Amino acid sequence: MQYMLLIYTSPDAEPTYGTAEFRAMMRGFSDFNDRANADGVLRGGEALQGIETATTLRLRGGKVETMDGPFAETREHLGGYYILDVPDLDAALRYAAQLPVAAWGTIEVRPLMAYNPANL
Amino acid sequence: MAGAAPQAMAVTRALSAVMQQDRGRLMAALVARLGDFQRAEDALQEAGISALLHWGRNGLPDSPRAWLLKVAGRKALDQLRTEGRSARREAALAQLAILDTDEVAEDFPDERLRLIFTCCHPALEEKSRMALTLRTVCGLSTEEIARLFLDAAPTMGQRLSRAKSKIAAAGIPFAVPGPEEWDDRLRTVLTTIYLIFTTGYTAGPDEPRDLCAEAIFLGRLLLALRPGQAEIEGGLALMLLTDARRAARIDADGATVPPGEQDRALWNRQHLDEGRSLLRTALLRKRSGPFQIKAAISACQMADPEPDWPQILQLYTLLLTIEPTVVVRLNHAVALVENGLVGAAQAVIEGLRAELDGFQPFHAAASVIHARAGAWDKAQRDGLVAIERADREADRLLLRKLLKGLGPTSPGSRSAP
Repeated sequence: MQYMLLIYTSPDAEPTYGTAEFRAMMRGFSDFNDRANADGVLRGGEALQGIETATTLRLRGGKVETMDGPFAETREHLGGYYILDVPDLDAALRYAAQLPVAAWGTIEVRPLMAYNPANL
Repeated sequence: MAGAAPQAMAVTRALSAVMQQDRGRLMAALVARLGDFQRAEDALQEAGISALLHWGRNGLPDSPRAWLLKVAGRKALDQLRTEGRSARREAALAQLAILDTDEVAEDFPDERLRLIFTCCHPALEEKSRMALTLRTVCGLSTEEIARLFLDAAPTMGQRLSRAKSKIAAAGIPFAVPGPEEWDDRLRTVLTTIYLIFTTGYTAGPDEPRDLCAEAIFLGRLLLALRPGQAEIEGGLALMLLTDARRAARIDADGATVPPGEQDRALWNRQHLDEGRSLLRTALLRKRSGPFQIKAAISACQMADPEPDWPQILQLYTLLLTIEPTVVVRLNHAVALVENGLVGAAQAVIEGLRAELDGFQPFHAAASVIHARAGAWDKAQRDGLVAIERADREADRLLLRKLLKGLGPTSPGSRSAP
């Protein structure tokens, strides 16, 4: 099954550039990447720019409404994602626990929708 | 030859006996092959309907549960053949084909350990874990579970079906966890079983199904499926020791009686002995854990001829390091006062006040501690809040008794603040 790991963090909880914690975080991400690649489960993943770059759009009454900012004003923001192909939820959760952000942010694990409904 | 009606009654009774006894085992075997809770449940239900027809005509088969598994497998096979292709369907079909051609033995493999770990997966809500375990492993009906949790039957039905679809859609595996996850996952399972137990322990006496007995059954089953695990032994011991006090925990006036003041003649000797012996076995394994510590505390409360408070205090101090929950902190403070460490207990309890103000167990513990310290006013103030917020009449009565016995003046002559 394919799972998306959605990474939510709050910028003020993140380690600062140049500190030992920051270096540990970088190493953590790189280890995660190496391991998921070596296991052949990594299907994709990207980091997102900060919420100050976000624009939100809705179509209401046939009119496009655009707004500066993210969809929800919450303390933790979506910062990036990975897509993994693993046998089951337990395996996905094991990988999620290896992400360094798990220690200060939140990781939501969601199965991707299978387009073939019979495949559910 | 018996008439049709008596025969129908006999067959119905035989079927419900098999279903009650072996439902968990049948469900486990079916989920293992189908990879889907709802399909397994539907297939088993259809097999039950077939059983009524066939058993009524041909008499009981040699092994009713093997018969039910085989027929349920065939029902699922028929259903799957009408559906479109998918990887999961192919896998299930292959498994079911084996079931269809081979003789099913009376002692077909017991997959209930996997079933229990799946029902108690941490990705499910706590209440859903309890409900799903009672439904699939213990074989309680949705209506029975709803009544025990004070829910409407449709609400409980929705909860169960949400849980089953989450297992399927989120890909929760039907598996016993590996060594890396074993301790955490076992703790979740034991906590779920213990919550079932406490729900039964606090329920009224006239419930049709006894959740304490179901929880003890689950504890025994878990131990039989994975013997030699100290925490499982500890969890089962905790439930047996607590259950042993059941008849003594409420006095003739209907008030709660703390273990130390209970009439020991009312304790269930068999459960007490079994609980103590299980706990001894567990402790000899030298693999400590919270359930063993709690069972040990329970055993110390039941020590002869009176509670072993110094030991209880040590155990709570140890438990605090593993499980620093609010309830453990309160019990630790009570253990301090029982050991004569009145000032320390007062300091702990006042340190918690800002955080726990309004929380009933806090005010109950604070009242007991201040009463011991001779701080009548404070004891009375907390006692009144605790009475006001108590869920159960038995606890209110216990607190009223405590307040009545307070200090140089009777509570009636004082006005509440």
